[in-house]
Amino acid sequence: MNARISAALFMSHVPAIGVAVDLARTDEPYWQPLFDGIRPAREWIADNPPDVVVLVYNDHGNAFSLRMIPTFALGMAPSYEPADEGWGPRPVPTVDGHPALSAHLAQSLIPAGFDLTLVNEMTVDHGLTVPLTMMFDQPAAWPCRVVPLAVNVVQHPAPSGRRCLELGKAIRAAVDSFDEDLTVQVWGTGGMSHQLQGPRAGLINREFDHDFLERLVADPEGLADVPNVDYLREAGSEGVELVMWLIARGALADLGGGPPPREAHRLYHVPASNTAVGQLILENSPA
Amino acid sequence: MAIEKPYLDIPGTIVFDADQARLGYALNQFAMSLMHAENRERFLADEGAYLAEWDITDDQRQAVLDRDFNRLLELGGNVYFLAKIGATDGLSYVQIVASMTENDADGHAAMMVAGGRPVDGNRYLHEWEDRS
Repeated sequence: MNARISAALFMSHVPAIGVAVDLARTDEPYWQPLFDGIRPAREWIADNPPDVVVLVYNDHGNAFSLRMIPTFALGMAPSYEPADEGWGPRPVPTVDGHPALSAHLAQSLIPAGFDLTLVNEMTVDHGLTVPLTMMFDQPAAWPCRVVPLAVNVVQHPAPSGRRCLELGKAIRAAVDSFDEDLTVQVWGTGGMSHQLQGPRAGLINREFDHDFLERLVADPEGLADVPNVDYLREAGSEGVELVMWLIARGALADLGGGPPPREAHRLYHVPASNTAVGQLILENSPA
Repeated sequence: MAIEKPYLDIPGTIVFDADQARLGYALNQFAMSLMHAENRERFLADEGAYLAEWDITDDQRQAVLDRDFNRLLELGGNVYFLAKIGATDGLSYVQIVASMTENDADGHAAMMVAGGRPVDGNRYLHEWEDRS
């Protein structure tokens, strides 16, 4: 039996969410609405556990400096340690990888035209560990393996939404052809609207975010043609992280002619620190 | 033919593109070095001596000493790297971000709780020029 993609998950990866969990502040009035809001997602994943998550995120100048800037970097390693981002490493478990699936993805995606950078040694920062915390809280060990897919959205030009959606489609084809009985989820992380720099810092655009969520569900092909400057202008300079959500969306079967996905959960909350938080779960409906 | 940069007319925003990265390479690598605890200690003990080890411009050096993050953005800094300077000072992300705006940290946090900075009036440079 081959591997299959069971669902795509989408969520912000705000570092302060991780800090709130690490420092046991989730019951504080500031954080309680957010953590109440993600509880249904945690219940959902308890019922729908993945064996492996292909976790799409961006590094924030931690594993990668400006010395090398891979546009798409696929983790190949057996494990990944949490990075020290300047405040000390997060107190979270080591992330176990799935080298065989990584190798299969590399051998499928590069011939399909996606010239990935392959990374055998790297740390993982809050972009990857905060989504794990949002879904799994504080386990002694993460309950699934993770294949990291780091996307450059820090130094522009970042890849286009179209390129991201097409990469997601290729990931679905690659996972479907992996000869191992695995339940795989693809998570797209980052966003939603936020800007961390300059006098315009603090920008939030609820209308853009809600429209993005609607179109991500119902019109991903149209959404993929939104140019990156629109994200920068409308969703803030760091809101362009949202293009990574299109990779996860591309991995659902409806974009290959299958039936539409089923929406299992949606959350929108402002703010977490400087950022609008979105969380969405779409269950795959295989053809 | 010049590269078209439609993002240059977003107010209060410096998009960190490959040209900005060229200006700021050494500056950002300096900031990156502060990921290591021993470097943070050395920097705090003698900022001038530590900065002298890096091939950065006088303007960049002065802006680091001044903790002028908006100036550092202009000079090729990227916020994720610059944040490591703030982290070395023991600042939170909100404090670092607020320092680039018209608000202090409490005022910025209050603006965020109230829904953040609205996008209306904040999309194009001319909207900021018109209001002054």
